[in-house]
Amino acid sequence: MPHVSVDVDGVRYEDEVEARLLLTHYLRDRLGKVGTPIGCDTSNCGACTVLMDGLSVKSCSVLAVQADGHEITTVEGLGDGQDLHPMQRAFHEEHALQCGYCTPGMIMAALDLLRDNADPSDEEIRAGLEGNLCRCTGYQNIVRAVRRAADGMRQAERPEEARS
Amino acid sequence: MIPAPFDYVRPSTLNDAVTALREADEEGKVLAGGQSLMPLLRLRLAYPEVLIDVSGLPELRGVRDDGDSIVVGAMATHYEVMRDPLVQAHAPLLAAATSTVADPAVRHRGTFGGSLAHADPAGDLPAVVLTMDGLFVTSAREIPARDFFADYLTSALEPDEILLGVRLPKTYTGWGFHYEKFHRTAQAWAVVGVACLVRRTDGEIAHARIGLTNMGSTPVRAYAVETAVADGPASREAFQSAARDAPDGTNPPSDLHGSAEYRRHLAQVLTARALATAAGV
Repeated sequence: MPHVSVDVDGVRYEDEVEARLLLTHYLRDRLGKVGTPIGCDTSNCGACTVLMDGLSVKSCSVLAVQADGHEITTVEGLGDGQDLHPMQRAFHEEHALQCGYCTPGMIMAALDLLRDNADPSDEEIRAGLEGNLCRCTGYQNIVRAVRRAADGMRQAERPEEARS
Repeated sequence: MIPAPFDYVRPSTLNDAVTALREADEEGKVLAGGQSLMPLLRLRLAYPEVLIDVSGLPELRGVRDDGDSIVVGAMATHYEVMRDPLVQAHAPLLAAATSTVADPAVRHRGTFGGSLAHADPAGDLPAVVLTMDGLFVTSAREIPARDFFADYLTSALEPDEILLGVRLPKTYTGWGFHYEKFHRTAQAWAVVGVACLVRRTDGEIAHARIGLTNMGSTPVRAYAVETAVADGPASREAFQSAARDAPDGTNPPSDLHGSAEYRRHLAQVLTARALATAAGV
C-alpha cells in the first residue's frame, strides 16, 4: 500500500493507505477528524472543504495519496482549544447556520476567500462561496458573518488604523 | 461512495509515465488534478486498474514564453492560469473563461490539461483553445486543436499518450476578447458558451474568431458569423444580424438542461453579446 506523510492541523502523520482512500475518509475514519463532514458524492456541496497548502480543496475529490507531502488544515485546526477563530466566532454571532452541516466547509472556503481578498464586497463573498451549498439559511447570514469576520480580522492586523 | 480498487503510481519522469500507461494496456488512466476523474471514480462510472499521477513531471508544469507563442503546461491549475501574467497578456480570453470554471476549490486542483483531455463538450476551455488555434503538445507528437477533440468525451490522445501542454500563438495579443457563458445555477456547466476574439480597425471589425461550447459533441467554430462580421461595422445591430448564423453546422444536444432548439436560440443571443463585449460596443 502507498505510504503517505501528511501534516494535518499541525501534526505530522505517517500512514499506509489504500490508493483509493479519499482524503475526507482519511481525515474522518483514520484521524478521527469528524469536524469535516461529507455532504454529497458529486463534488458540488463543498461541506468537506479543507485547506491544502493554504488553498481550499474539496477533500472528497482528493485522494489521500495526493496529500502526501502536503499540509492540510481542517476546521478543527482553527481554534486554539480556548478561543474560537474570528471566522468561527462571526458565524456564531451572526447566526450563519441552522442545521450546521455546511458550516465547516463554509468557514474554510470563507478563509480561502479572505486570503485572496481581505475586504470583499457582498457580491465577491457570494462568488467566493460559489462552491458551497447551504440548504437552510438562504446565505444572508453567512454573507454577514464573512463580512464581520473580514472587518474583525483586518482590524486585528492593523489596530492603529482601526482606531483612527 | 468509495471508488473501486485501483493501483497508483506517481512517476518522476515522462518516460516512466508513458511506460506505466503502456504496461497498463488501456486499463490505465492519467490523474492530473482529478476534479473530473474523482467524481467518476466515486460514482463508479469509471474503474481503471491503475492511476498514473502526472503531478511529479516537470515537463507539465507552469506557463512559459516561447517567442511567438506561450506554452501552457497541462498541470497548470485553473487558479494558476487565471493569475498568470503571460496568460493575461497574450491569452486573456483563456484567463476569462477559466475564471468561470466550476468554483474556487475546484479551480485550485483542476488543471488546464486535464479539462482539455477530458474533452467534455460542456467544458469551457476546449472552445477557447479551438478559437485560439492552440497546438496540443503530447509525449508523442503535436496535434492542432481542430483535430484534438474527436467526439463526446473523446480526444485524439492514444491510450499511451500524455498531454504535456498547449502552445497558444501570440497572434491574438491585443485583440478584444470575451467568454459569454449561460448557466442556470452557480458552478453549473455551460448550457451554451461562446468564446470570441475580435480585431478592430477604424470602427470596423477586421477579423473575428468565435468558438461555441456545448453546441455539439465537440467544440465548434462559428465560421458563418466570423465571415458575416468581417469588414463590417462594429455595432450591436450588425452583430445581432450576423449572429443569426451561429447555429449553422452545429448539432447541439437535447438534455434536461435544454432542448437543441433552445440551445440554437442561445447560441444566437450569446454570440451577439460576446461580439459586442469583445468589440467594446
